[in-house]
Amino acid sequence: MADPMKIRAVMQSGRVEVKILMSHQEETGLRKGADGELVPAHFISNVSVSHAGREVLRVQWGRAISKNPFLQFAFRGAARGDELTVTWIDNLGDTRTDRITIA
Amino acid sequence: MKPGTSRLALTPSRCEGLIASEGGSCSPLPLAGEGPGVRAMAVGVRNRRGLALLALALLPVSAHAADPTSVYRQMLAEDNPAELAVAHGQQLWEQPRGPRQAALTACDLGQGPGVVKGAFAALPRYFADTASVMDAESRLVHCMVTIQGFDRQQLAAAPFSEAGAPQTDLEALVAYVAAQSRGAKIRVPQSTSEEHDSYARGRDLFYRRAGPYDFSCANCHGADHLRIRLQELPNLTRPEGARSAFAHWPAYRVSQGAVRTMQWRLSDCVRQQRWPQLIFGSQASIDLSTYLGVLAAGGTMDAPSVRR
Repeated sequence: MADPMKIRAVMQSGRVEVKILMSHQEETGLRKGADGELVPAHFISNVSVSHAGREVLRVQWGRAISKNPFLQFAFRGAARGDELTVTWIDNLGDTRTDRITIA
Repeated sequence: MKPGTSRLALTPSRCEGLIASEGGSCSPLPLAGEGPGVRAMAVGVRNRRGLALLALALLPVSAHAADPTSVYRQMLAEDNPAELAVAHGQQLWEQPRGPRQAALTACDLGQGPGVVKGAFAALPRYFADTASVMDAESRLVHCMVTIQGFDRQQLAAAPFSEAGAPQTDLEALVAYVAAQSRGAKIRVPQSTSEEHDSYARGRDLFYRRAGPYDFSCANCHGADHLRIRLQELPNLTRPEGARSAFAHWPAYRVSQGAVRTMQWRLSDCVRQQRWPQLIFGSQASIDLSTYLGVLAAGGTMDAPSVRR
């Protein structure tokens, strides 16, 4: 199972600043391993962030994303103490969901 | 050791191969790193076919307070990917694992069984149960073997992760243990004769010139503002340089996408010196850490950090 994300969500002058660090190998599918064989592509394909049942960010990613991706964005319309849900799915179907309370 | 590195047919005069001082004459680096005139270092390596492999010119450049590297480090440190390894290491520390299904919470890192906070800042140190000076990595291996029943040979055979592979358990554990000393003052002890001896051996190794290039650690780390390409090297003969080095390892190496430990750092330095391979957990590797840690006394731990 995938390792937990590190998420920070802080209210700053009416906006929620969200910083997400995901633990993922992010293989492009172009790299060759020590055995000379291509390492199969393995990357996060979709990220979804939702707040109170409303999706506030939807992301579609390809293989150009770096290992252990870092994602930062901001949105309005939430308050301190609200819960934020972050979910990613990778191209092999592995998934991870973490929650955080907005500080 | 990389194939062939021990057999490079080098017949350098000191001028051609290693150190050229200001006037163009050749001189060995002074041991204390205090000597005058070390202005430029040119490394010209030729392999058997006579091709120049490497030509580095290390020129003195004064460090600026707002140098781009420190800005870069600051930006990355805000969301240091090493935190992922720290979280994973914490799981590994707390979960019952290994053939004996035991947790490492009984592991004594020098501050009593299970005490992690501040332990890393006081390692390497002497442990009575093994009657030897051990650093964090060799102590963790010792705990994984004696408490959890892992095989020492297996652990020592692959202590560091390969490129593109996940962190090894040991790397994650080191990251976790080091993170519990963030902000602690470096206080590598010198209270037993074994610890004194370890420091003395480490210092001797640091200044010892050997290998096909006749390199010592002090060649690159014995004066201020020496560089490899654009990478400024800390002067490890002075407390300031030793503090910055000791305080920031283990570190997340951006260029490798992985957390690397002090043992890895030392073994890669030794590889660049073309010395024989530094064996993981060997007394030599621990002694070098002791030398660095004792010199770094009073510095503030800030590991795992982010490095280039």
